[in-house]
Amino acid sequence: MKAAVIVFPGSNCDTDCFHALRDVVKVPVEYVWHKSQDLPKVDLVVIPGGFSYGDYLRTGAIARFSPVMESVIKHANDGRAVIGICNGFQILLESGLLPGAMLRNKTLEFICKHTWIRTEENLTIFTGQMEPGETLCVPIAHGEGNYYCDDDTLKSLHDNSQVVFRYSSEEGKLGEEFNPNGSRDHIAGIVNKKKNVLGMMPHPERSSEDILGSSDGRKIFESILTALE
Amino acid sequence: MPALDSTTPITPELIVAHGITPEEYQRIKDILGHEPNITELGMFSVMWSEHCSYKNSKPILKLFSKMNAALPHQENLLVKPGQENAGIVDIGDGYAVCFKIESHNHPSAIEPFQGAATGVGGILRDIFTMGARPILLMNSLRFGDLAQPVSQRLFRGVVAGIAHYGNCMGIPTVGGDIYFDGSYEGNPLVNAMALGIIKKDEIVRGAAHGIGNPVYYVGATTGRDGLGGAAFASKELSEQSHEDRPAVQVGDPFMEKLLMEACLELLKTDALVGMQDMGAAGLTCAGCETASRASTGVEIDLARVPRRETGMIPYEILLSESQERMLVIVKKGKEKEVEAIFEKWDLHAVKIGEVTPGNKYRVLDAGKLAAEIPAKALADEGPVYTREEEKPAYLEKAQQLDLRSIYEPKDFNLTLKRLLSHPSIASKAWVWQQYDHMVRTDTVFYPGHDAALIRIKGTQKGIAVATDCNSLYVYLDPFEGGKIAVAEAARNVVCSGAKPIGVTNCLNFGNPMKPEIFWQFHQAVAGMIESCTALETPVTGGNVSFYNESPQGAIYPTPTIGMVGLLDNIEKRVPSAFQNEGDIVFLAGETFNELGGSHYLMLEHGLKQGLPPRLDLKREGSLQQFILAAADTRKLASCHDLSEGGLAVALAECCIKSEEGLGATITDLEGIRKSQKGLRDDALYFGESQSRAIISVKPEHCKDVRNLAQKQGTTLFEIGKVGGDTLILEDRVRLLVWDAANLFDRTIPNVMERK
Repeated sequence: MKAAVIVFPGSNCDTDCFHALRDVVKVPVEYVWHKSQDLPKVDLVVIPGGFSYGDYLRTGAIARFSPVMESVIKHANDGRAVIGICNGFQILLESGLLPGAMLRNKTLEFICKHTWIRTEENLTIFTGQMEPGETLCVPIAHGEGNYYCDDDTLKSLHDNSQVVFRYSSEEGKLGEEFNPNGSRDHIAGIVNKKKNVLGMMPHPERSSEDILGSSDGRKIFESILTALE
Repeated sequence: MPALDSTTPITPELIVAHGITPEEYQRIKDILGHEPNITELGMFSVMWSEHCSYKNSKPILKLFSKMNAALPHQENLLVKPGQENAGIVDIGDGYAVCFKIESHNHPSAIEPFQGAATGVGGILRDIFTMGARPILLMNSLRFGDLAQPVSQRLFRGVVAGIAHYGNCMGIPTVGGDIYFDGSYEGNPLVNAMALGIIKKDEIVRGAAHGIGNPVYYVGATTGRDGLGGAAFASKELSEQSHEDRPAVQVGDPFMEKLLMEACLELLKTDALVGMQDMGAAGLTCAGCETASRASTGVEIDLARVPRRETGMIPYEILLSESQERMLVIVKKGKEKEVEAIFEKWDLHAVKIGEVTPGNKYRVLDAGKLAAEIPAKALADEGPVYTREEEKPAYLEKAQQLDLRSIYEPKDFNLTLKRLLSHPSIASKAWVWQQYDHMVRTDTVFYPGHDAALIRIKGTQKGIAVATDCNSLYVYLDPFEGGKIAVAEAARNVVCSGAKPIGVTNCLNFGNPMKPEIFWQFHQAVAGMIESCTALETPVTGGNVSFYNESPQGAIYPTPTIGMVGLLDNIEKRVPSAFQNEGDIVFLAGETFNELGGSHYLMLEHGLKQGLPPRLDLKREGSLQQFILAAADTRKLASCHDLSEGGLAVALAECCIKSEEGLGATITDLEGIRKSQKGLRDDALYFGESQSRAIISVKPEHCKDVRNLAQKQGTTLFEIGKVGGDTLILEDRVRLLVWDAANLFDRTIPNVMERK
């Protein structure tokens, strides 16, 4: 398996994703500059977190017009894997690869802390190593992670088993007190209908090594590795 | 100030308005050999302001360099204070760390969000200007009483501003310190610290070497924002300060992120000669300092400077403090390569001039001479004043404290709860959860530990950093307070297992023209030097912020310390909180009847009085050596420094911050009482005697730990055991950890959360 990490001006989790893939799960990985028209031949495209284009206008709104996004959309439409983390998730929403939108956190403040997320769906290439209902300790760091979609979209997300992660307690209980940003239905991550594109607000690359306080996020990368090898 | 253009005549009023004294004006005339024009007057006024020239503090700051020169391991100090934009210390294996702390107090008082944000931006530029990649941010903040709406507004704005800038830059803000005290009402302190990592052979100098080399202007456009900010920072805040709002800059962290990446990319080529950021005094400062360091001349043409406003005159362009701009000197013939890098990052890179023979900073405006000044005269040969000093009258009364008149509270449980709910002691999670403290995936100890700890990928090493200053101590005894600020910051770093390797400081004081203030300044610096000498930690540089006065008076003197420590093997790190049920708890160090300047005295008795605790540097050194030796042999389960609130608060923190909410039963304090005849219980529980730490140790390691303590000459008292869900101190304190945590965690959110 080979991976590419897209770098936009203002990306800042690009090196973290690169490190997690290359040094932790040992996957060959390369950076792709956003102005590049083509993607190298890779199995997985990672759209990392950060503040692409300074989050001006709206999070992810400008990045989606970067030249490389056409190739990313084609890569996704061909059924190959894409994971967007944090700002990457926001870019996937803006580019139409995933449904819904982001609102500001309910506290109106940026929040960086560890959260528990519950695996809702393990029949995807991103979650194969987890049990259904298994909880992971993965940090969030965002100002706009309050996922929103209309009722029809929400129903369709559930009907098609597209909700992959929801904020919960360590034991997997759902509740407002475990939802850090106010996101609809406690949603932390969703996939597209074909289940080859994942967007999630929590940062698995920040919780892939014990020394960082949690290595639960590594399971997501290992699931991808197992599914695509 | 009236509108100025090149024909404006220089009147005595105009000279006064520029903060230039008649003597200084005469000197300017002597240097130039003629009357300055308005542009030259403006350039002198900003470069000779306290903010840029340190004219009032230089004689005292020299003491730091003198001290450094007497320390062992000189070779590790790669860039010394005052030489460049930030100091650099060798950490071995070909790497070095570059760090500095700087104030942005005045702008933050007027416009908290932008003031704090641009403070972060400025300190980061100081680091990457040296060629180092910034890897962490810290900040030391002071506000007035949190119950006051104005303090809440400033606190909220400053925190959001820091978050805005640091988060967008992708550099983790990993810690700092925050105190609330009435003396900062109307004059908050915002001291931002950054640390970067650099390969030893890639250090970049801010010098314009090589006659004929092109000088580039890179980054954001120049506007009228921040006009004369350095001069604004060099006067007291007043009711009219809000009229100075245009002197506050507006930050664009996205632009700075691009600038940082582009500059660090440029560093990897062989095209770069020197770099200097345009911070305080903007293009004036960058031009004359690069020329001065290289003993060359620099000539630029302002007509080529990219602008965001029309009709700007040379005076404005030269004094603008628009953010996110750099001056870059590159090798002649490499222009294409350089321009390609900046183009990749969508940044302006315009050749505005070149390095010239001679020693003048020559500024043209579309070919016409606008200003011509010897660079060294402007950058380094500003006036230096030895200010008058006088011991302040308040001290005699403030230092008085008759312990016999202080009754001991009946209910120690209540006193402890009160201390844990004081905003200066309570959890700052509301603050640091707004900061991205994890980006770069190197943060090993999060904020809330004694020191933040960052790993360095590709090595075994870790860097521990702490900021600190108990300014009430400094107010009550500037010399002892200065000593303690250094020792405590060092102790914080040591408690995490790291050896202190260098200090940066941010000296926040009132108006230096007042002899009492200058006395405080001199005494505090002397105290700091005594500790730095004893602990063998060089001062690498920093910043002086005078004129921290509001209509209510001067702030408490606040010499903030940024202490950097090195852990050779990060696996030997020591956490602050209790780790395991059954571990044995020791108090290392001795306790005296010291209540002066304590938080206990302030909260329980309403007194900010007495002499602060005495610091015995021999004892401090032994304690630190003992902790480092025990950490090195991995015998410590946890180690936490004792500070505000003393033993009881430190124990409560060890419990609250433990992952499982571990309690502790502390039944054996008799040994401490016996060792110190007549020790009061309130001093034992809440006193702030120095050179102490709480350690927890697995039972099988106790013997080794005792031996190490004996060897280093540190007194060790076994006082109890970790376990249960309650903190029990003899029969005087019984507090469910859950309840204590609730008080500790909720204090600030209860005030600050939006309803």
